[in-house]
Formats: sequence, structure tokens, C-alpha cells
Amino acid sequence: MRIRTAGVIAAAGLLMLGVAACGGTNEPAATPSKDKGNGKLVLWTDPTRAPVLKPFAEAFGKENGVTVEVKEISENQQQTFITASQQGSGPDIMVGAHDWIGNMVQNGAIDPVQLTAEQKAAFHPNAIKAVTFNGQIYGAPYAMENVALIRNTDLVPTAPATIEDLIKTGKDLKAAKKVQEILCVPFGAAGDVYHTYPLFSAAGGSLFGTTASGDPDPSKVTVNTPESIAALEKMKALGEKGEGAIKTSIGNENGIPSFVQKKCAFLISGPWSMNDVKKAGFGYDISAVPGFAAGGQAKPFLGVQAFYVAAKGKSKVLAQEFVANYVTNKDVAMALYNADPRPAALTAAADAVKALDPNAEKFVQAGANGIPMPAIPAMGAIWGPMANAEVAVVKGGDAKTAAEAAAKAITAEINK
Amino acid sequence: MTTEVTGAGSARSPHPGPSGQAPDQRSRGGRRGGAEQVRRTRELSTGFIVSRIAVLGIVAALLIYALPPLIQTEAWTALGAVGVVTALVAYLYLTPRHIPAKYLVPGTIFLIAFAIVPIVLTFVTAFTNFGDGHRGTKEEAIRAIETSSVTQVPGSPEYYLTIAERDGEMVFLLVDPATKAVQAGTAEGLTPVDGAEVSLTGKVLTAAGYTIVPTAQAAERDAEIAAFSVPTTGGAVKATGLSRAFEGKADKSYDAACDCVTSPSGGRWVADEVEGYFVNAEGQHLDQGWKVDVGFANFTKALTDPTISGHFLNVLIWNFVFALSAVATTFALGMIVALALHSPRVRGTKLYRIMLILPYAMPGFAMLLIWRDMFNTDFGLISKLFGVHDWLGTPTTARLGLIVINLWMGFPYMFLVITGALQAVPRELTDAARIDGASAWAGFRRVTLPLVLVALTPLLISSFGFNFNNFNNIKLVTNGGPYAIDNSTVGATDLLISYTYRVAGFDSGVADFGFAAAISVFIFAIVATVSTVAFWRSRAQEEVYS
Repeated sequence: MRIRTAGVIAAAGLLMLGVAACGGTNEPAATPSKDKGNGKLVLWTDPTRAPVLKPFAEAFGKENGVTVEVKEISENQQQTFITASQQGSGPDIMVGAHDWIGNMVQNGAIDPVQLTAEQKAAFHPNAIKAVTFNGQIYGAPYAMENVALIRNTDLVPTAPATIEDLIKTGKDLKAAKKVQEILCVPFGAAGDVYHTYPLFSAAGGSLFGTTASGDPDPSKVTVNTPESIAALEKMKALGEKGEGAIKTSIGNENGIPSFVQKKCAFLISGPWSMNDVKKAGFGYDISAVPGFAAGGQAKPFLGVQAFYVAAKGKSKVLAQEFVANYVTNKDVAMALYNADPRPAALTAAADAVKALDPNAEKFVQAGANGIPMPAIPAMGAIWGPMANAEVAVVKGGDAKTAAEAAAKAITAEINK
Repeated sequence: MTTEVTGAGSARSPHPGPSGQAPDQRSRGGRRGGAEQVRRTRELSTGFIVSRIAVLGIVAALLIYALPPLIQTEAWTALGAVGVVTALVAYLYLTPRHIPAKYLVPGTIFLIAFAIVPIVLTFVTAFTNFGDGHRGTKEEAIRAIETSSVTQVPGSPEYYLTIAERDGEMVFLLVDPATKAVQAGTAEGLTPVDGAEVSLTGKVLTAAGYTIVPTAQAAERDAEIAAFSVPTTGGAVKATGLSRAFEGKADKSYDAACDCVTSPSGGRWVADEVEGYFVNAEGQHLDQGWKVDVGFANFTKALTDPTISGHFLNVLIWNFVFALSAVATTFALGMIVALALHSPRVRGTKLYRIMLILPYAMPGFAMLLIWRDMFNTDFGLISKLFGVHDWLGTPTTARLGLIVINLWMGFPYMFLVITGALQAVPRELTDAARIDGASAWAGFRRVTLPLVLVALTPLLISSFGFNFNNFNNIKLVTNGGPYAIDNSTVGATDLLISYTYRVAGFDSGVADFGFAAAISVFIFAIVATVSTVAFWRSRAQEEVYS
């Protein structure tokens, strides 16, 4: 009797809670089934971009009679996106750097975007080049970024024409006790291929050969060619046992702060450093990283931020509409720029902001010789070994040994 | 409800208790209502009812929450497991029987869900090539290859698209931007439409015989539009969003007859079920691969590949050195501090204790980064105190530095547990030892330490296990470095876990989960062996002292 009563009470309670839970989760529980086609668009981005994109996404939703959800992915966005996509819980649109494309494509996570000839022509050619992979355009670019040479104009009124000039100016300032370091280029104990690439490329170094279509060729690793070895030699000369311009003690954590604290007169960094630099309270200017007196131009890596259509999204047509026909619009690009001042990929928008923000234009100018960061998956194999080789030479190691070891490790990783 | 439990609280009850314990079962065997039987009646307090309802409610809510996504992704096994577990829990807490199970089941469920399932999954993954490029099935890879090879037919117009209907069937109304000519695209093909009204932006406003579908409604038919294609001589017209369409053609297609992908422009990639790739005659593969079983390949690679196995032993030795010194140093310092504060002569012990726990209470990640910066060659505190030296760039000092950092991070924990253990050691024993003429050291060595160790050995073993896999310290402070000039695979301070992280490609963003899982299995085996031996020894120790 009592047993039953207790059971009944418990069961009734269970039922009630169940109903309550059902009521509570009604909305989310019902949406997935509704999602099987419709009326909802999910966009993933990082926390800094999410608030910027939200109003546009909502405007798009209103225009097309759908609900748009902008979700922040706080870290490891690329892996999170690929994993979630594979499980069927990914978004319809992803926002991210163009060098993710290779990996996202090999995982079947994104679809090509069909832009019209007119749409393509509206973008900076480098931006379109960056989002092109295997001859297909995989995303709609909206912002570009690259590193440049930022200098303290109170200490150095004119931009150095060559790296030699830069070193000399830096050394003189150091001797005069005006600065502690010749140059602040984020390098760190682990090395930094990205920030030092302008120097490496100016000295003639390269990472990959090119295919017939002009794309980086993973089967031709060029880090141990005589040109690249010579470039590493030049980095060695700039390193700790040489001029002391590249140091493992200056990394991402203290590069920008050191410049702001006037520990160095030169900084190699990108548009993301501007917020700190503007607050520093001294004059500054942005110019391209110079080349060596005898040698080629510095070619910084170009990074492009783009919108991608998820291959396994639930509202693919809507996603395509958003990516191919909505964010490629000048007004949207302008608004995105105003909310997040990175050089716009859309030429018309970039032209329009020239007058408003000289810095953005200067970064674009500094990246004129830049090369899009290779998006091939093999690029992943470069970072570790190449950084290691650079650390070794900066500490005074033999350039040839370092280059050969890096080439061997990279090739092994690519062919694994 | 309260009336039903009359008598609850009294030791004797004429009726079987509601909670059904062992005697209750016997009473069902025919002796129901036996008045002389002494039985305990469980009190059905309000708290009891409420908590039980709450627990069962949460379980039911979790079930209901899990249902839609599982059904949607057609994960029937998982759905079955969730259903069975929910039914089991509901039954268990509604029935008066199976008292021990009521206590064991929750822990067992958590053990299965959070320990056994991940271990099994790791083992299973170790036998596959699961990783970037090999995440999905072959069908998914084929679909991705075909989709990504679709290009616009050269010279074809870039149509404006309007979604419409005719006799309930979907139709694409296509406007050629150059000629403004309107065509209707159906599953059969293209037919010209006359007399349609077209807006400036290329949208068809009205067309005789067609019903224009408003954008909002079209948006709701996403999947239908995505699947719709209009066959043409050159390929097929597909939608690019809701407002544009293009005539595209897939350059690559799968042919089941030869189990290969072919391209009209002359390419042939044959499926390789061992590698999980489509490979052409030159040995080049298409980007998109699929997951295949590779047997023991990942294990043999870890053991035979010289770039990996060549360093395995060195890493393993440093790993043991690090884990053992981490345990030894934190234990020693924790013990010294705990003993000092255990002395009745020390004043202000509370304040000291609070201060000592601080390193433990601060967020570890931030502390590790601060320590890393303190070791900075040019700007760090350590260089300012002891002279400029490439602290983390020289193998010996980097290793010592890590042990020091770990000591700072880890000793408060040891201090806490040793303080607890010391308080359980009776003062009489140490006093007796002193009376018997033992020195303070001998008293500690022969009385206090053994007694403390009995309590602490399991913690020391778990501390060893933790430090053996102390990924955060290595990753955030040195990232395995410094590296030798000719070796970027393994650094001087790499532990097996940070080394695994790198060789599995997580650092470079191209992950090889299968291989990482295989190394994890090795690490699991090592830690399990060490722990088993240690526990076995500590049991022997307990037998000696107890």
C-alpha cells in the first residue's frame, strides 16, 4: 500500500518535473526538428567579432524573414567548427582566417562560394587570391591584415629605407640610452615565423615552391634551398650573437608593450597593435618593413578574414545568400569596417575609409608586396620546424644545419 | 501521505515499511503483517520525497533534453543507452528493493560515462587513422570531392534567381542580367517565360502561370532549394543563395564501377582503402579522405619510426625524472612547512597557513605565464637577481626551472594534506619516542613519517600520475623547448604528453587523433603499471605498520 503510494507520489512528481522540464526545454527541443530546413541561420565567430556581426546578421534575418543566431566560439575556432560540423551540430556560416581553408576543405567542412565576375572584381586581388584554393573560391573575404613596421616618430622621424638603416638607427638610439633594444619583433623562445617572415623573405628565403597555377606546392619545400639558407644566415647576423635585433626574449607577450614603453623605437606588428600604440602618447607612423640594401623586398604574410558556407549546415541556401550576396555589399563592408577597423577587402569600402583612417590605408600599403599566407594543409607542417630553425640561428647556430633539419622534418610531416 | 506513514519513527510497526528493506522482502514471502517481527521503518520525510522527486526529475529532464538531438542525428545506440540508463535509474529509485544498488549505481554510471567510455574510445581510435582529412565516411568524402569540384560553366550567364511555384512544384525563375530574358527552370530543364515583370534588381515580380514564393517562405524551404537543380546541356543550374543562380558543372565524379573518382579533364584517382584516400597513378591524393581502420599501424609507427621512437626513451627518462622530482620536492617542502607549523611553539599559524595556500589558490595558468616571464633572459626577475642567462633556452636550467615552478605551484597541496595527516598522529607516540631516548630526527624518521606515509601514499601516487602528465606546466612555460638545432620534434623539457600533443599535429592545427590515441595508450600503460606497483607496495607497507 504505502510502497505503492510512495511510488505513485514519486512517479507523479517525476511526471510533473518531466513536464516542467519539457516546458522549459520546449523551444530548444523543438528547434532542431524545425531546423531540418528552415528559417534559421547560425553563424559562428570569435568573441571580438560576434558583437560586430550581430546587427548585420539580424538585419539580414529581418530582410529574409528568418532568425539569425550569432554564436561566440571563444577559442580553437577552427577545430571546434570542424568537429562540430562532422557531428552535425555545426553552424551554417563560419567566420575565420583564410589559412584555415586547406584543412576545412580536406575535412569536407566548407563548400565553394560562387561569386560573380563582378563581385570578384570588387575585392582587392590579394583578398581573392587568399580565399582561392585549388582553383575554387571558398569564402567571401571582408578584412585583410598584415604586419608592418611601426616606428616611434619622436625618436625616428623618417622611415628607414633598408634594414641596415633600421639597425643603425636602432643601435645609435641604444648607444644614446634612448632605447634598450634595436627592434621589437615578436619572436619569443619558441620562434615566430609569422612576424619574422618579412625579414626572411626580404633576405630571399621562401617556404614552398609554386605549382603551375601559382599556388604553393607542398611537394616542393624550399626552406633548405641556397637562397633560404642565405636568408637564415642574414637572420643569424641580426640575431643574439650578431646585431641583437631579433631576440628570443621579445615575444608576443612583451613585444607591443615594450614598444609602448619606449624600450624600442621600432615594432613589427599588425593592425591589432594599434589600440595600444595609439594610447602610448608619442608620435608613430606605419610603413612597410624595408628590404635589405642588397636584396629583394620584404613580403609580409597577408591574412584575410572571410565568411565560409558550412558544407554540413542546415540552411545552406540562406548561408550562401548571406555569404555570396549580402556581405559582399559595400554598405555592409563599410559598416563592418566602422565597427571593427581592419582594412576592408572590398576595394570600394577600402577607398571610402582612406580619408577617415590613414592607419588602415598605411597597413594596406605596407602589405602591397605581401603574399597570402599559404592555405594548404601542409602549411601546418611548417610552423614548428621553421620556428625551431629560426630560433637556432638567432641563437647563433649554423644556418645550413638548421635549414636541412627543418626541411627534413617538414617533408616527413607532409608525407606522413 | 503523512497518514500513510503513521508509525514511522517508531522502531516497531505493524505494517511493512514503505521503504522496503530486506525484512520487507521476507514479509512478501507470506508473512506479511507479522506483528512480532522487529523492523525498521524508513521515515518518509518531506525532504526525502522532495529529493527523490528532484533526482528523478533531473534524470527525466536529461532524457527529454537528450532525445531530440539524438533522434535528429539518428544516434540510435546512444539513444538506446540513454533510455536504458534512465529506465534503470527510475526503476531503482522507485522500487523499495536493491538498497546497495541505490548507492552504487550513480557512481557506476559516472565511472562508465566519464572513465571507461573515454578509455574505450581512445583504444578504438588508436586503431584508426581518424584525424584531419580522415574524419568522416567515404560517402562524405565523395560528396565533398564532387561538391568542391563544381565550377561555373564558362560563358554561362550569372542568373538572378526568383523562387516560384507552378502547380505546387518548385520552379526557378532565372533572369539573364545581360538580356533580361526570363526562363523557368524545372527538374526537366529550361523553358522561356514571356511577359514576366522584372524589377531593377533582377527579381521577377509577376509571371503568368507562376506563383512567386515570398523570400521568407523561400527561406523556410532551404533544403528543397539546395537540392533543386535544373539540368542544362552544359551542366546544371543551382541556386547561390536565394537571389542568384549559376550554371555549374562538377569536374570530378565518383564511379562505383572502378571505385574511383574521375575527371573529364583527365584525372583518375582510385580509392585506397588502406590510406583512406583517392590516389592517382603519380601517388598524389585528393584532399578529402575518409576514416579507415589501420590495425596496429599507429602503434608500430610509434615504436619504429626513427623520428618518433628515437626520442621516446629520452623523453621517458626526463618524464620520470620530472614526475618523481615534482613529487619529492613538493612533498619535502610541504612536509617541512607542515612540521614547522605543527609545532605548538609557533604562533600565528592561521596566518601562515593562509599565506602558504595562496599559490594553490591562484589560477594556475596565469601563474605559469608569470613564471615564464620571470625567467625571461633580458627582462625577467630571475635574470635581474642572478645575472642574465638564457634560463629557459638552456636544457639544464630549463629543466631545473620547471621543477622549481612546479614546486611553487605544488607544495601548498602537499602542505595541506600533510598538515591533516600530522594532526592524526597521536602526540603520545612522539612523546614516547622522545622518552625512550630518540632524537627529534629519529622520532620523525621512525614514528611520524611512517604513520603519515600510510595515509599519504595514495596521494603521492596520484600526484605522480598527475605530474607524469603535467601538460600545462610544460606547454605554457617552455612548450617543450629548448630544441636542438636539428630536432624540432622533441625538446629538452618535453613530457610524453606534450610530445604526443606535438607529434599528433595539434600544435600545427592538423590533428592526427589516431596516432595521438596510440601514444595515449602507451602513457596509460606506463602510468597504470607504476600506480599498480606503488599501490601494491603501499599495501605491504600498511600491513607492516598497522
